[in-house]
Amino acid sequence: MTGKPLTVADYPLAENRPDVVETKAGKKLDDITLEGVLSDRVSLEDLRITDRALRQQAEIASAAGRPTLAANFERGAELVDVPQDVIMRVYELLRPGRAGSKDELIAVARELRETYGAAGVAAFIEEAADVYERRSLYKKRF
Amino acid sequence: MTDETHARPNRWKRFSDWDERPLRLDKFAAEDAASGFSAFKSPFDPKPGLSLGDGVVESMDGIAVRDFDMIDVFIARYHLDPEIAPEAMAMPSLEVARMLVDMNVPRKTLVRLAHGMTPAKLADVVSHLSSLEIAFAYSKMRARQTPGNQAHVTNAKDDPLQMAADAATAVALGFDEIETTMRVARNSWSNAVACAVGAAVGRWGTLFQCSSEEAEELKIGMAGFTSYAETVSVYGTEKSFIDGDDTPWSKAFLAAAYASRGIKMRCTSGAGSELLMGFHDRKSLLYLEARCLCLQRAMGVQGTQNGGIDGAPVTCTVPGGMRELMAENLIAVWLDLECASGNDARATESEIRVGAKILPYLIAGSDLICSGFGSILKYDNSFNASLLNGEELEDYLVLQRDFEADGGLTPVGETRVMELRSRAVDAISAVLEELGLAKPTADMKQSVVAASGSDETRTFSGRDVALISEAIYDRSITVIDVIKALAARGFAEEAENLLKLVRLRVSGDYLQTSAVVRGGRIVSAVNDPNDYQGPGTGYRLTDERREEIVAIRDVLTRQEVLRVEAAFRPGEVTRVAYRPTGPAAATHNPKEVVIGISPAFGVKLFQTVAGHPLSAILRVLIAGITEGGCTARVVRMRHTADTSFLGLSAARLAGSGIGIGIQAKGTAVIHQKDRLPHNNLELFSNSPITKIEHYKRMGLNAAAYALGEMPEPVIVPTRGEAMGSRYHARVSLIYAIETEMTSEGAEPEEIDVMFLGAAA
Repeated sequence: MTGKPLTVADYPLAENRPDVVETKAGKKLDDITLEGVLSDRVSLEDLRITDRALRQQAEIASAAGRPTLAANFERGAELVDVPQDVIMRVYELLRPGRAGSKDELIAVARELRETYGAAGVAAFIEEAADVYERRSLYKKRF
Repeated sequence: MTDETHARPNRWKRFSDWDERPLRLDKFAAEDAASGFSAFKSPFDPKPGLSLGDGVVESMDGIAVRDFDMIDVFIARYHLDPEIAPEAMAMPSLEVARMLVDMNVPRKTLVRLAHGMTPAKLADVVSHLSSLEIAFAYSKMRARQTPGNQAHVTNAKDDPLQMAADAATAVALGFDEIETTMRVARNSWSNAVACAVGAAVGRWGTLFQCSSEEAEELKIGMAGFTSYAETVSVYGTEKSFIDGDDTPWSKAFLAAAYASRGIKMRCTSGAGSELLMGFHDRKSLLYLEARCLCLQRAMGVQGTQNGGIDGAPVTCTVPGGMRELMAENLIAVWLDLECASGNDARATESEIRVGAKILPYLIAGSDLICSGFGSILKYDNSFNASLLNGEELEDYLVLQRDFEADGGLTPVGETRVMELRSRAVDAISAVLEELGLAKPTADMKQSVVAASGSDETRTFSGRDVALISEAIYDRSITVIDVIKALAARGFAEEAENLLKLVRLRVSGDYLQTSAVVRGGRIVSAVNDPNDYQGPGTGYRLTDERREEIVAIRDVLTRQEVLRVEAAFRPGEVTRVAYRPTGPAAATHNPKEVVIGISPAFGVKLFQTVAGHPLSAILRVLIAGITEGGCTARVVRMRHTADTSFLGLSAARLAGSGIGIGIQAKGTAVIHQKDRLPHNNLELFSNSPITKIEHYKRMGLNAAAYALGEMPEPVIVPTRGEAMGSRYHARVSLIYAIETEMTSEGAEPEEIDVMFLGAAA
């Protein structure tokens, strides 16, 4: 992103900074109309959040004194383009006893990093891999 | 019989009376920290403490890093701010507690300190506060200034028609969020579509969630039907967490996944969950919840649903349980989290405990006062009954009015509700037809529009609903299809409303802390931060909002009272005529009883509060006096409308020295001329329950007193009805009509009463 970081005064972006809000396909908020939906110019894809929007919200959360919320938005931004089935697979693997060893989590972290550029989330999963090992979570649960 | 022949009673019967009250259905548990039954303090709770080496945590709350469980690791790494922690942990807890209730210490200062405090420290600080102080601190510390509320919208049949009608009703009542769930898991898609459509009727902006299995819930969100989620539960012990089939990392990943789909999310936690799950580690409820809340801030979720939640009922069985629920909500907002503050699972069968539970939240305000107010009837609530439900919703509206407190709801008139329910049922029916999912009949629709609950509906069978739901899923129907279907069938406004809600995802503004939509605009802790710093600051009712809140139904006005009285006049003039014959004087007839009537009696007012025509009252009073062997004379007092003085003045005019005073509203007295004004012979103060035969006996007794006898006083039996609440508004308005007609020094007037035709 370029320019000065967004601040609390820019919020809500849809009202105060519509110039910085757009869909993945470059549509503006004003383009998302009922008429657009009815004529198939607007699809469900246009109603998805973008990684840019999440990073903008992260800037606002930081400016409002909420660094952990900002960090979550940053992780979310990395996951925007990760397909639903991958998301569900990673989530499942993070649940207790799903991964049989640390390696499985490390592998999925690598996949997220290399395929989707999700470096922050990958590091987060690697951290979980360590903690799960120390807390003996790789046991199979029945 | 002697005393010995009688067995001494062995129980005061009041205990039997108490046994019958709903309260005794509640079970209470002994305080027992080792078994997890301790609200604020357990001997097994750690002492607050933190040691840092080079800005890295070495031990927290008495646990060394090498012994940290997953929760400790996550909190130490992501919650604790090492820049602030040394300062915050060094402050005496009592001093911080005082800062929480000091209006001169800004919220910001306290939020900063919380970021440097361990769970045990946070718990230790709030445990210094009384319930009143907790409520006050909560009001000061909650994140968003404007309070709000959330509704449950479910029904026992998972009927999509009723779901839509009830969603529209909840939206009209002003709920900021509505939450549904199902009786049968596979019905989730049908519920989601129905609630989304219903919530688009009337206005846009009510956020909607469909509580279901984690993966399913995310899919429904991805299809565009829902806008928030709150079933991401966390727990305060590692074993509970694992039993809940998650870890802090899996839940934090899910939180990021929701953000990546543009869906607002909060976690859920609350006292008692670890107790119910059997892994409480002998810790107090508050300490475990403090861990949950630090964890949630660490995960980076914007908010929490806490305050017991499913554990609220068990928490309320221990001493201080309700205070604990308030304390844990306070920790949540102190940590700067949005708080959907519980008040959902019904923790008691006692309506008094329900009212007491909700009051602090109502007057303190909360981001979402209830994290599920049952907008439907109890039996229709698929989450189980809430603290407050469809049955009690009007009580809540009146509490808002009583305390001039914004509980997030707005009364809606009967006509408006019917319009909205019809519209919602028509809209969802159109969608079901247009998408080839079902064809609701006119009878089904009619039964749902009018139904208070699903017992009264003739609608889809359980199998029908399952087929609708599976078809929505199988055919990958999304919110776009629903918007198109609405528009195609003439529901353009609803289509537009639904689109606006989904469009919130594009900018993501509503992902920020405590965000709701009001009047088509995002209102959150970012642009509506709580700035309370004493009287005159913080949230205040505007004149407009106050007007909305006070506008409950069936409110008496002077015009209404006069209209009712006027309607009674035509009947009365066919039954009685009052002819003034000049100033009244005292007589010497020892058998004469005077009836002193009030200024408006039969002139502007024509019935008692009990609804008896004044002609009938006068007729039996005279009959009673006559049957008792005396004669009656009627005099209108014009100098007073007060019962005692009506009676006393009448007595002074009567040859017997005995008078009856009676007001138009039916309040009456038997008086004697030598007595002090308020020391009468018999008073009939409960006019709403005074029957015609009581007035007859009043006449007989007045005659008996006149003849020097000592009759059995007339007792009008009361069962403890709250007469004042039932009648005093009307009585005051009526009485004002009487007092307006008095004039000081005006002489009593002799009245010739003529009864016309038959008795009423």
